[in-house]
This record gives sequence, C-alpha cells and structure tokens, in this order.
Amino acid sequence: MPPLQMSPAEDAQIKQSARNGWLLSAPALFVLAIAAVGPLLIILIYSFLEGGTHGNVVWNFSTEGWQSILWTKDIFTDSFVLADAHLSIFWRSVKLSLLTTIITFLVGFPTAWFIATRPPKARALWLFLITIPFWTNLLIRTYAINEVIRAEGVMNTFLIWIGVISEPLKLIYTDTAIFIGMAYVYLPLMVLPLFAAIDRFDMRLLEAGYDLYASRWLILRRIILPITKPGIIAGSILVFVPSLGAYVTPRVLGGGKQMMIGNLIELQFGQGKNWPLGAALSLTLLLIVTLALLYYVKVANTEKAHG
Amino acid sequence: MTHKNAIEAKNVVKAFGQGDTAVRALDDVSVEIREGEFFTLLGPSGCGKTTLLRLIAGFEMPTDGVILLDGQDITYLPPNKRPVNTVFQSYALFPHLTVAQNISFGLEMLGKPSAEIKSRTAQMLALVKLEAMANRKTSQLSGGQQQRVALARALAPEPKVLLLDEPLSALDLKLRQAMQIELKRLQVETGITFVFVTHDQEEALTMSDRIGVMSNGKLQQVGTAKEIYTRPRNRFVASFIGETNFLSATAEGGKVRLASGDVVDFETAIKGDVTLTIRPEQLRLGAASEAGAIAATISNLVYFGTDTHVHLELADRTELVARVQSPATGDAGLEKGAKVGVRFAPGALAIVGD
Repeated sequence: MPPLQMSPAEDAQIKQSARNGWLLSAPALFVLAIAAVGPLLIILIYSFLEGGTHGNVVWNFSTEGWQSILWTKDIFTDSFVLADAHLSIFWRSVKLSLLTTIITFLVGFPTAWFIATRPPKARALWLFLITIPFWTNLLIRTYAINEVIRAEGVMNTFLIWIGVISEPLKLIYTDTAIFIGMAYVYLPLMVLPLFAAIDRFDMRLLEAGYDLYASRWLILRRIILPITKPGIIAGSILVFVPSLGAYVTPRVLGGGKQMMIGNLIELQFGQGKNWPLGAALSLTLLLIVTLALLYYVKVANTEKAHG
Repeated sequence: MTHKNAIEAKNVVKAFGQGDTAVRALDDVSVEIREGEFFTLLGPSGCGKTTLLRLIAGFEMPTDGVILLDGQDITYLPPNKRPVNTVFQSYALFPHLTVAQNISFGLEMLGKPSAEIKSRTAQMLALVKLEAMANRKTSQLSGGQQQRVALARALAPEPKVLLLDEPLSALDLKLRQAMQIELKRLQVETGITFVFVTHDQEEALTMSDRIGVMSNGKLQQVGTAKEIYTRPRNRFVASFIGETNFLSATAEGGKVRLASGDVVDFETAIKGDVTLTIRPEQLRLGAASEAGAIAATISNLVYFGTDTHVHLELADRTELVARVQSPATGDAGLEKGAKVGVRFAPGALAIVGD
C-alpha cells in the first residue's frame, strides 16, 4: 500500500500544477483578446479621432464623434441643434426590441408549455420543428417575410380574395413590418430557454396550488411564472440584445427609411463616411445593452428576494 | 349514537380509458367518513385508494356516483372551491417560497386579512415545531421537516377534511414511527377529519379510528382496527392485515370438523363447508397427550426476537403457524420434529368468506 503522506517534493509539484492551471484557458483567452478586446479597443480609439474626408480617420484627438450623436451643426447658422433623427432611431430601436421581447414571450410561453407537456417522442419532434428556421439563411427568411406582407404579397392577396379588406394593408417598410420580422426571427431564442425551464417544472405543484384555493390565473402568476423565471430572464436577454443591434431585418423590412441603430452605424461607416460617429454609436449601443441588462437582472433579483 | 358524516361517497365508479380497454379503478364504492375521525384507506398499490382520495380532493371527476361533503354535493366542484386540503406523497412544496410563505399560501388565496394570515401562520409553525425554520427555503429542510411543512400548509386554511396520500412512505422507519404519533396528535388537537391513504397495515392499525380496506377497486370492509383484525370479512382482509391461518372445515351445529378430522367447539348458524381463520398468536401449544388438543408436528422454528414462529403440520398436512412468546432464555423448549397438542384460544376462531 502506498503511504498516505505525500513527500514534500510531490506536494510542491501538485501546488505548482494548481498554480499553472490557468494556462489551460490560454487558448480561450487568446481568442478573446484577438476577437473581442482588440476590436473593441480599436472602436474606442476611433471614436476619439477626427474623421477623414474619404471615410478614414485622422490621428488627431477629437470628441466630435461623440458630440454628433446628440448634436448636429446647422450649416446655415453654425449653431448646434439636437440630432432628432438619431434620437428617433434610438427610440425606435429600444421600442421595437422591447415589443419584440414581449410578443415573443407571450407567444413563446404557451408554445414552450405545450412542447414541455408532450410525451418525450413528440417533444423531440416539436423541438426539431422549432429549430428548423435556423437552417435557413437569415436574409432569405427575412425576404420570405417581405414576400408575405408586401402590398401584392401573399397575405394581402388572400385577405382581399376572402373579402376582409378591399385595399392592401400598408405594412411593408413600416415599424410594424420590422416588428413582425424580428418577432419571427427571434421566437426560437425565447422558446428554447423557456422550454428548458418548464421542462424542469414539477407539474405536481399545479395540483398543490389548485388544492390551496388558487385560481388558474393565480397558479400562473404565483407559482408557474416565479419558478420558471430563470428561463424567462434568459429568453428575454437572448431576444432583446440581438433585437437592439438588428441590421438585416430593419434593412429589408424597413426599406432604409425606418432605420434602427445597426443601420445607422453601418451608414456612418459606409455612405456617411463618418467613422468616429459610427464608432461612438457602436459604443453607445453597447452601453445601452449593458445598462439594460444590469437593470433587468437587478429588478429580477429584488423580486426574488421579496418572493 | 348518530354520527355526522364529513364525507359520503355513494356508488362511486371511476373508469380510466374507453370501451373494452377501460379499467375500473373504483367499482361501485360507497363509504361514510364521520366528522372528526381518523379514517384510513388501506390496500395494496393499484387498489383504487389514491383514486378515491383524488376524487374527494377534486383532481378527478367520477364516471358515476356522488360525493358529499357535509351533506352537500361536491362531485363536480373544482379543488379550489372545496374546503378540503391535501398532503401530497411528494409533499409538492413550493420551492421558490420560504417555509412561512408555503404555510400562508392557502390563506392568502382565500383572501384572508394579513393580520390573520400572520397569526395563523405563526400558530401553524408552532404546531409543527418549525418556528426556527420560518424563513428557510424548503430545499434546506430534511425530509421529516418538509413533511411537517406540508402538513402545516394543508392544515392552515382549517379544511373540513384533510387528505393524506401516503405521506410517510418517503421517511425512514424511526422517523415514520415518530410522525405516526405526531399525526395522531395533530388530528386530535385540531379535531379535523383526516382521510389517510396507506398500504402499510401497521400504520393503519396504530393511527386510525376506522379503516376501510380496499382491493381491486372495491371496498372490502370498513371497521375499527380491532373489528378488522379479529373479524375479517373475507380471505383478502384476513391475509392483508397481519398474518393468519386458514382452515377448511365443515360446520355441524355447535362444532366444526376440520379437514384433519379433528372436531372443535364453534357456535355458528351456518352449516356445511366453511373457511376458518385464526391468528398465529391465538394458538396454544401443549403436550401431545393433552385431551381435546389437535395433534400436530413441528416442521420449523423461526426466531423473531420477541417471539418465535412455530410452523406446524396437522394430520392431513394442513400447515399452521403459531406465534409463541420467547422466554427469557430465548429457548422456547420446542424442537423440530416434536409432536405437540394445539388448542385454539376461546373466541379466536372466525369464519371468513372468499
């Protein structure tokens, strides 16, 4: 039998290898440095430089990029006026992302509940169906939505044919079109974490609540929703964050007129030829997402503390 | 003496499935459960006892028949409208709530004023001796403590009837015995009618005022523990509760002739072939030469500590088991293969139906 007591040499060796354990994560740290921290630093530096005339940057310190998020120089009077175009784009982005999160939750929760309460075999099939859209390119899916809701599209043709409306509904290139598109695209990202949470939910608690005089509504509000909250939080984040930075969907369904932050940033780096502003806008988006997440997680946790 | 009935089930049928494949979990069950009593539904798994409990709770609706609570028809009332609460086998405590919040849940749902909820919850915590745990999450409690939370939660709204679905089956033996005493104490203190479901005959015998023995979706016998133990109505009840011996015999007015040929005094109006039953502890062993004793041979001896099981064989090879209290030396003075004389304790012999 080997001795239970370790020799000092062995002991030192184990301590040494524990100290060097972080080296195992070196590949991940390397990728993070190259792919996340590096680009972010470049963006940060660009946002404090002067814009060049050909869509490049001149290496002079300037805060103009940040200032022009909120203010525009009036070319006639040289005074600064509020950049209301930017503000309305920010507002549209936040509003549409919130609406998308809410509607995907309202549609996704019953869907996830339905799937989680099926027998195991049927459950696998339903989950498979939910993930099918991921197999198709986002651009193609978005054009498919375009085809459905445009003036001579499938929906309007059908509604006119059955006589519900006489004129095509003007949906395409509106906020509503962007909203419909985003809700469709991000729905699976809500359903999957909700499914995981509901799948873990002990259905016997429903009988316990029902037995203790709770109505169906109160069972939902006081038992089901609080217990599945981790899934609701995860799903909301997974939908809200990409919605806020959405680019393809507002581009195709908003038609360039109804821009969101993503389109505005692209515009500054492209036709606008204002890289410092584009960089400042990117960082603003990052800031909004971070603040929104911090606030959301804080609210969710306070509620938990109060039961 | 007249009794007020808390629960009355009349000709209740519960079938699962349709047509030829339908299974009758309850087959024409009628039972009266008296106010303030500890009533136990006892039977093997699949006998329908849990189904009957779920019908009383309102989780299932009967296929046929009526269920009355305090004389009022509640057959189709949803569970949240019935003044009946359940202690679930799995406890089903709310994991996101503290012990106190679990207990006050029912009161809150009934819309009681918050002062009343507070005092009632404190009272319940004291009743189950969990005051120190009030603000813990239920996952931080032991099995026995969770059990007591489940009890307090179900008792807090002061239900007319408390239903208990095998609540002790998840506990180990020592804890189970302690909880049996605890349950009986709670029932006496609160005066609430308890309907207790179990497959454990010892649990049923020690706690219940009355027992309903079920098998195959039918109620076989209802009575006190003593009635059911000493006068089982049929073979199933006799063998399910405790251990027993069966003897084939012919009744001949004032006496019965056993299959072994021995004749025993027994008063009965019945004549002809009967099945007799007698508990192992009601057999008396003596010398083989004793007058009037039935001759038997000891085929085996099994030592159980407090007593010894003596396996006997009569002249016709009928097997009987006698339970003899072990003497201080641990040696009953009996030997395998020895001839003995068997007597039946007066009044211990009973006729059972099939």
